Amino acid sequence: MEAAHTHDHAHGHDDHAHHPTGLMRWVTTTNHKDIGTLYLLFSLTMFFIGGLLAFGIRAELFQPGLQYWEPEFFNQLTTMHGLIMVFGAIMPAFVGFANWQIPMMIGAPDMAFARMNNWSFWLLPPAAILLVSSFFVPGGAPAAGWTIYAPLSTQMGPGMDLGIFALHIMGASSIMGSINIVTTILNMRAPGMTLMKMPLFVWTWLITAYLLIAVMPVLAGAITMVLTDRHFGTNFFNAAGGGDPVMFQHIFWFFGHPEVYIMILPAFGIVSQVIPAFARKPLFGYASMVYATSSIAILSFIVWAHHMFTTGMPAAGQLFFMFATMLIAVPTGVKVFNWIATMWKGSMTFETPMLFACGFLFVFSMGGFTGLVCAITPIDIQIQDTYYVVAHFHYVLVAGSLFAIFSGTYFWLPKWTGHMYSETLGKAHFWLSIVFFNITFFPMHFLGLAGMPRRIPDYAMQFTDFNMIASIGALGFGLAQLLFVAAIVKCARGGEKAPANPWEGADTLEWTLPSPAPYHSFVTPPVIK
Amino acid sequence: MISKWVQYFLAALIPALLPGIAGAERYNLQAPQSLIAHEIYDLHTLIFLICCAIFVVVFGTMTYSIIKHRKAAGHKAAQFHENTTVEIIWTVVPFIILIGMAIPATKTILAMKDTSNPDITIKATGYQWKWGYDYLHDGVSFYSSLATPRDLVTDKSPEGAKKRAEHANYLLEVDNPVVVPVGKKIRVIITANDVIHAWWVPAFGVKQDAIPGFVRDTWFRADKVGIYRGQCAELCGKEHGFMPIVVEVVEQEKYDQWIAEQKKKTAANAAASGTMDGKAVYEKYCVACHGTGVAGAPKLGDKAAWAPRLKQGQEVLYTHALKGFKAMPPKGGAADMSDAVIKATVDYLSAAGK
Repeated sequence: MEAAHTHDHAHGHDDHAHHPTGLMRWVTTTNHKDIGTLYLLFSLTMFFIGGLLAFGIRAELFQPGLQYWEPEFFNQLTTMHGLIMVFGAIMPAFVGFANWQIPMMIGAPDMAFARMNNWSFWLLPPAAILLVSSFFVPGGAPAAGWTIYAPLSTQMGPGMDLGIFALHIMGASSIMGSINIVTTILNMRAPGMTLMKMPLFVWTWLITAYLLIAVMPVLAGAITMVLTDRHFGTNFFNAAGGGDPVMFQHIFWFFGHPEVYIMILPAFGIVSQVIPAFARKPLFGYASMVYATSSIAILSFIVWAHHMFTTGMPAAGQLFFMFATMLIAVPTGVKVFNWIATMWKGSMTFETPMLFACGFLFVFSMGGFTGLVCAITPIDIQIQDTYYVVAHFHYVLVAGSLFAIFSGTYFWLPKWTGHMYSETLGKAHFWLSIVFFNITFFPMHFLGLAGMPRRIPDYAMQFTDFNMIASIGALGFGLAQLLFVAAIVKCARGGEKAPANPWEGADTLEWTLPSPAPYHSFVTPPVIK
Repeated sequence: MISKWVQYFLAALIPALLPGIAGAERYNLQAPQSLIAHEIYDLHTLIFLICCAIFVVVFGTMTYSIIKHRKAAGHKAAQFHENTTVEIIWTVVPFIILIGMAIPATKTILAMKDTSNPDITIKATGYQWKWGYDYLHDGVSFYSSLATPRDLVTDKSPEGAKKRAEHANYLLEVDNPVVVPVGKKIRVIITANDVIHAWWVPAFGVKQDAIPGFVRDTWFRADKVGIYRGQCAELCGKEHGFMPIVVEVVEQEKYDQWIAEQKKKTAANAAASGTMDGKAVYEKYCVACHGTGVAGAPKLGDKAAWAPRLKQGQEVLYTHALKGFKAMPPKGGAADMSDAVIKATVDYLSAAGK
């Protein structure tokens, strides 16, 4: 890899760049690193807004009775917590990683469509403002759950319209971002970097981007139909007019299930970079990881109705979707076994990125097991729409996606800022997060099994103690995230100077660049042998 | 640090293992009271134990590796990777385990779907926010609403918390429970009037979405006499948490007695509903929104809010009330009222708004 040559060139170019400074730098930027930073900061902001709503939910559920909120506001809290975390926090965070890392990992100077990249980011803040401002319109924010099932969603006030517009805009942003990522990966790899030589993070994002392009228009269709049912006299989901409420669920989940993998595949990618780096050993089965990721993506299109077992589909439908869903355990298992085989007989150290990656493995896999339990139709009939499902998807989304985001952040912070982060802060963040995460969500399995429905503002007495434990855990988990902000701020402002490659076992292209990575990198592509 | 982590994890694992082994009620599915619920319970135990076994093997390996293969312990990294045999083994073995899980699950699914030859058929209808029941062969109909007083739910004082704790079946009690005979096959036909609800009684292993405009069915046969409680399981609006389901399983003779009483009551109710005036309908149905002004509903007597509406003319208001408008369901949710009674109610509201 001819890295030294590239640096000189990049540096020279930097001196001649006349980009605006101050605020206009960020508004007009077409630089993938700036846009990556914008995405990550946006995501962090939304993460805290969504977290605040979660505090509201857990405060109300701390004890029986209605303490703080009216039931309708409680429903707004759960709905908006879900929408903000999914569309505002997790998805943009991964796009931020893609922006920063993909060009550097494939030896490209920038993203393929640099101006469109600016546009796809700057669509997000107005969408977020629309979404959050729905709290302040008459009738309040959307309160039909993040799944906005019709016909409940056709009953809501104007807040629902704001939510629908926000989702449309975010969807457009995602589609543009994905087209950009696919084009960049397929056309701008350094000479010699064949597809099967790409880092796994790039692979997982390539597949994710295809999933996004395939399903975001489906979501747009579903919510547009809700919009026209609400205002223009159509009856897509109104049985009295010849429509079908269950059709909404089919369309929504045809988007929704691939969406779940959109939020986890890039996480798999990050973990697949981190574990080999800290085990100082190559990934055990690179090719099988690529195939497993592709299988998961393909299977994700034929399992959607497992979210709908209780709608009352025919036995043949239940059987098909149960078998297809169970099949997903196979490629997911392959991935977990591969990560463990990578750790096996390595020479491991446990800096913060590795801690989060190991935490991810443990806790995400528990979410995988409960996912298998939910896949079994008869069991799902009992636990669908209970706290068991709430526990399940927080195990995969918080301990899965979010922990991978943390892991990736600590892993690449030295490259982004040029400083080492504080290990003390990072480790404290990890231990507090994993302990409080389990205190929050583990008892929810028991609640769900014992019969507590989700999305209720008040509950029967037998659910009291586990709810109290979960609420205490949630407070701890939320406060622990302040350490994350502290670690990032401290690292951005200064600290020990980071070398080009602070990690002994990391061997992808970005580590051949100096830290912080120059504003323009790989202007001349490196040659991969 | 690492050993602490392992200790913590084992500590989390032990309570996780308990339910399958000890069957401790509060950590597990509710005690099953029907054949299907038993099958679901056993299926869950089976899959839970298989998952635990896999968990122990896989993460035992990982934990061993974390302890032994660390740089701090002086371990040098091996550089092996790619092994097709291993890859095939860890693809095929899980596949076989999955088949082992799928076989009993398939049997249960087919049994759950067999709603043929019921002894009694009951239609359950989800409303915002209560359940309506029709015993199709006996002509018995009634509504079933939450019996826990609202004041108790919203009481924020310390005594409120105490009273709730002492209140038996808080939020899980209704005014009129469903009554069924023990040991008989009960088919429940389920639909909804406004939005999607779900009829769920965990002890019977029954959960079925109630979908407006569509009819679905499910069945159960209760093993034992007793009172079984469930809740609406699909978010259906603001009072979603407050529409429980209570099924009272009784001996056949008691059931026959109960049916006879209900027939009399139903006849009396049918006679009475024709005589309700606008005010009475408002107080029973409309007040939920028009009394509080939620979802953009104009409040009773709020002249400013009513003025633009009254301008549209009484006929428009009648149509809106009968067919539903914006957030308001058809007939404002009072589906069993005649059109004439609804119009009288509109007159009552508009008179107050003038």
